[in-house]
Amino acid sequence: MKIKNIIITFVSAIALLLSTSVVSFAKVVGDKIILGAAISLTGKYSSNGVHTQNGYNLAVERINSMGGVKVGGKSYKFDIIYYDDESNPKRAAQLAERLISQDGVEFMLGPYSSGLTKAIAPVTEKYGVPMVEANGASRSLFTKGYKYLFAVLAPANLYLDVAIDLAVEKNNGKPVRIAQAFEQDAFSQDVRLGILEAAKRTNSEIIIDDKLPKELNDMAATLVKVKQMKPDVLVVSGHTKGALTAIRQIAEMKVDVPMLAMTHCDAAKLSKQHGKNSQYALCASQWHKSLTYKDKFFGTGMKYAKDFEKQFKYDPPYQSAESSAALLVFKDAFERANSFDQKKVRDALAATNMQTFYGNIKFAPGGQNVDKPMVLFQVMCDDSGKCENKVVAPTKWASAKLIHPIPSWSKR
Amino acid sequence: MITIQACLDGVLLGVLFALIAYGMALQWGVMNIINIAQGDLVILGGYIAYFMYLYGIHPAWGVIVSPIIMYFVGVGIYKLVINKVVDRDLFISILATFGISILFMQLMNFAFGADVVLANSGYGTTFLFDSNVVLPNSKIFSAVVSIVFAICLVIYMKKSKLGRAIRATAQNARAAKILGVDTEKVYAATFGINAALCGVAGALISITFTIHPYMGLPYTIRSFMIVIVAGLGNLPGVAMSGMGLGVFEEFADYLLGTEFRIGSVFLLLVLILVYRRFKLSRKREYLK
Repeated sequence: MKIKNIIITFVSAIALLLSTSVVSFAKVVGDKIILGAAISLTGKYSSNGVHTQNGYNLAVERINSMGGVKVGGKSYKFDIIYYDDESNPKRAAQLAERLISQDGVEFMLGPYSSGLTKAIAPVTEKYGVPMVEANGASRSLFTKGYKYLFAVLAPANLYLDVAIDLAVEKNNGKPVRIAQAFEQDAFSQDVRLGILEAAKRTNSEIIIDDKLPKELNDMAATLVKVKQMKPDVLVVSGHTKGALTAIRQIAEMKVDVPMLAMTHCDAAKLSKQHGKNSQYALCASQWHKSLTYKDKFFGTGMKYAKDFEKQFKYDPPYQSAESSAALLVFKDAFERANSFDQKKVRDALAATNMQTFYGNIKFAPGGQNVDKPMVLFQVMCDDSGKCENKVVAPTKWASAKLIHPIPSWSKR
Repeated sequence: MITIQACLDGVLLGVLFALIAYGMALQWGVMNIINIAQGDLVILGGYIAYFMYLYGIHPAWGVIVSPIIMYFVGVGIYKLVINKVVDRDLFISILATFGISILFMQLMNFAFGADVVLANSGYGTTFLFDSNVVLPNSKIFSAVVSIVFAICLVIYMKKSKLGRAIRATAQNARAAKILGVDTEKVYAATFGINAALCGVAGALISITFTIHPYMGLPYTIRSFMIVIVAGLGNLPGVAMSGMGLGVFEEFADYLLGTEFRIGSVFLLLVLILVYRRFKLSRKREYLK
């Protein structure tokens, strides 16, 4: 009996040892670099979660088919382990823990949304796992002093401040009166901070400053105030629901405002769901296919959009484009580090300075991308009611001229 | 003008909430079940109207089609789950309907996707007082439809055989059973009617606001509050408290700012509950 016990203990110890040693080699198995990602495949973020995953997958295929990643004279291919975080921050943090400590993943890709990235970042930071994320724009991600977090996108406070500059420019450089309505969540409140800074910078006055509760899909009261106080620009950010609600109620209540700027227009499929009612709305976007950035993997934005459409049968939203860019950043960093040592890869990531089809990428010490401005597009419709998004600012990337002020409802 | 605008906005919003609360009051009174899945039934009803809209049928027809489908969904839920918890503790029914709520959210997310959607009615806008007061016709439409459905239901409850059976069961299920009322059938019908009302409200919400698989809970909470304020079995009270809360909300929003809108409604709820308790305790003392 005693001998049996000793044998069992011995065998289990060996098994345990083997299992742990497998884990420690899991980051790079054979010629594969295994990345981990918790993605919202179910739950309230599942649409954008799928956009993110499609972006990652397209980039993995493209990089692998074009020779993979060259490290130490050997060519490696990317592979991603996905888990579904159910759009739940707690679950996302658990899965990050699992990816790192059980699956032995040593490099991570980000989840969808600022909230989930916030949940995962402390975990990756604790284990010193470099994470390149493409869908967490909240400013608070970049003020915590994280060393292993890198975001290819511009932070949330830069989303709509371009619109205020534009409004001031159209007002002959004079300050403007701003009305704003933002949902009470981390992202939208960061967008709000950006507007506050822009208002201060331009001496503009904020005359309406409403915070929309998350559970609310009615902003009639805010719009009544807008009708009464007649601001020069109305700024709205409340994810997809906010964009759809704003356009619906502005059209129904015939609210005339010279400039309307918002976020999440393409995720909300504004022009599809609202048609001509969405016309003239200005929308902040991380990327637009008409921008002329280039790289050797995807070519231009137009080419990327075409390839994406061919594979997934829909036009790529910016969430997919930025996700693809995250893989390009990883490849570049691995090759420059010429190693799989996490510290070296982290340092290489921090020194990133490259152009991708999605835009220039260069990280600030906080981890946010400081080399890629946001763009504003305007929804423009032709007489047949077909609507298209055209970039109008910054001027360098503009493909159409801004229509300002928005014609009043009685003249439409 | 602002006062009139806020009042009208509040009334139009409140009527719609009252319709949902009406269903909740009905089944709470009859079956003693607090249905946490109320809001999810509303959203499901909204999706029915939305899909009609996608297939080129005007979403207003949803107010006819959606309740019919939702009635059977309601009866189905009753037969599968609710009949097993109907005589149990209130806590069990809350747990059961909470489970149904989660299941519905996930199923809707799976079936319809997580995008926020809406159905455009193209109803235009009504301008009053020299264009100073603006009312979207879709909101007026939804208020009118809600009132029509509520009136029909009141009449049905008073005049029809099933209506009388439902009221008898609400008063005393055991006595009703002894007198030959098939309470099982009454319960199923009550849950079905509640789901049908949710269906109507959902169709109206898809026309006036937006729908999303996870947007049900606010409707549950709002109708719960309206019922608490009005009391069970007090149908005119439900209508009044629905509209009252709607108006109060709009005013709070306008005067205090949107961030205090929901908070002020909850504050009002607490005040009403405290007031009621105070009144009741005085009554008790008097009786002594």
